[in-house]
Amino acid sequence: MTTKRDFRFGYALLGASLSAIGLAGTAANAAEQITFVSQGGAYQQAQTVAILDPAAKKLGITINQDSIPDAWPAIKTQVGSGKPIWDVVDTPTGNCLRGGEQGLIEKLDFSKIPNGAAMPEAYRSPYSVSYEFYSSVLSYSQKTFPKDAPNSWADFWNVKKFPGRRALRNHPFATLEAALMADGVAPDKLYPLDVDRAFKKLEEIKPHITVWWTSGAQSAQLLNDGEVDMEMAWNGRVSAVAKEGAKVSFTYNQGILQSTSLCILKGAPNLETAVKFLNEAVDPVNQANLPLNIDYGPGNPKAFDTGVIKPERAAQLPSEPANAAKQALMSYAWWSSPAGEAAEKRWASFMQK
Amino acid sequence: MLALASPALLVILLLIVLPVGWLAWQSIYHDGFTLENYRRVFTEDIYWRSFALTFEISLAVTVIALLLGYPVAYLANALPKGWSILILSLVVLPFWTSVLVRAYAWLALLQRTGVINQLLRYLEVTSEPLALVHNTFGTVVATVHILLPFMVLPLYATMQKIPGDLMQAGASLGASPSLTFFRVFLPLSLPGVLAGCTMVFVLCLGFYITPELLGGGRTVMVSMLVSRNVELYNQFGAASAVAVVLLLSVLAIFFVVSRFISLDRILGQK
Repeated sequence: MTTKRDFRFGYALLGASLSAIGLAGTAANAAEQITFVSQGGAYQQAQTVAILDPAAKKLGITINQDSIPDAWPAIKTQVGSGKPIWDVVDTPTGNCLRGGEQGLIEKLDFSKIPNGAAMPEAYRSPYSVSYEFYSSVLSYSQKTFPKDAPNSWADFWNVKKFPGRRALRNHPFATLEAALMADGVAPDKLYPLDVDRAFKKLEEIKPHITVWWTSGAQSAQLLNDGEVDMEMAWNGRVSAVAKEGAKVSFTYNQGILQSTSLCILKGAPNLETAVKFLNEAVDPVNQANLPLNIDYGPGNPKAFDTGVIKPERAAQLPSEPANAAKQALMSYAWWSSPAGEAAEKRWASFMQK
Repeated sequence: MLALASPALLVILLLIVLPVGWLAWQSIYHDGFTLENYRRVFTEDIYWRSFALTFEISLAVTVIALLLGYPVAYLANALPKGWSILILSLVVLPFWTSVLVRAYAWLALLQRTGVINQLLRYLEVTSEPLALVHNTFGTVVATVHILLPFMVLPLYATMQKIPGDLMQAGASLGASPSLTFFRVFLPLSLPGVLAGCTMVFVLCLGFYITPELLGGGRTVMVSMLVSRNVELYNQFGAASAVAVVLLLSVLAIFFVVSRFISLDRILGQK
């Protein structure tokens, strides 16, 4: 997750080719197996403990793991070659939808995925089920704002009442949503985004933005070193900085709730097993174990009813129902629509003006 | 001779010519022949702005590197052997540190709570921290630091070949030290100046990590457009068209420079 949405194409290719070499050696044994791909690091480690190992044990299958910062180019290349190596991928939900439309991702039969079928409709698509949640939140330095901290995007935009240096992500995802909320749009009335209005509002704050950050690590450093007084950042990054002793905090109010989802590559070598795994991966108890190992929220909201997550812990998580109610749920369907793609292209010229 | 060179040629063919050729091919072929990627590069504002900014930054970096590098090379050339070895080692030393680490080091120095701003405020030179980084200024400073050796080394190599007798001859004819420098030494060192400037300028055109980390998101150089385009258009072609235009600009620069000075010289031979 540390590299979520960071794009390092070289690694992508390297990862794909390494996995090709690695798997050639291990194929052709074990009764049932799948290859599962996520984003590596502490995040994948947490999944292994919470979800992958229990699922493998219960289903009696072998789960081979691979990791890659951005799966999208590899999905394209693998399916394009006609012989994909991977089965199940954990990737930002937009990739699953876009891949579904382009014939790169299998359509799911939810009758075989009862755990997924029981999830709210906004948490799944014909091609994917939500796997975990994170949020783009308003974070701030408690040194600069010991009380009366900024609590909404309107506050972030209010440079008179809340003087200080600001940073936003150098990407339209969540940033356009924040601009619209600052302009008075309700979190549940955002989509379809009024792109013109959002960019107009962004022009207003632009002179006051010190840094447009590009990686999660950078956003953490800015906050940690006091380089900015408030910024949009991913909740896990802010809590990690706070855990190390920096006086920083954030609010879930008007956060933009984002997710990664599980989806299956078109023509996956172990399709049937992959579907079985998918069901097990979003099992409420397995899902409830995830936030015990890392600061991300379960993709299946039923996880909060299992009793596995203590109330104090639940209150810290982005997808906990009360927290979720304060936030806007990102519409990946909109972002992968032509209007969304046009907005993404418009971002570059906005940045350079 | 050809037989001896062929393994090297093969490596170059496999690792440079083929991939670059493949990328160039992708820029004009995607489900059929298309010039769409180039149309975009030549008609959309953002590309023009990025190319202009990249050339401006490269020019600034080259001029600053020359002003800083010339005296260093001069000193290394003029001083006794022991000193010149020390100076040159100091010039080359940063080579062993990764570009990434050096970018972060500059961040630690230049940022609001960084060493320089703290010092300036402690000495009461400034009351507010200066914006030294997350802008073009910070990018230029760090880039100059990284590219300085590429200026100093060609200059030093050229200066080494200027016979010391010429300076003595000038002095014996009654010229002042500064006159000898400007009329004799400087003109003879010009090939080194050209070589160093070309190296620094061309290398700077392709800089990626430094502006990405120190530019604050506003300093969008051409290399950043390349990576952005892969993400935005989900195909290599859109990105490689930008890379091809940049590559052609570099080759054009080398071509023009080669009219004045042999390429061997820029790349450090002879």
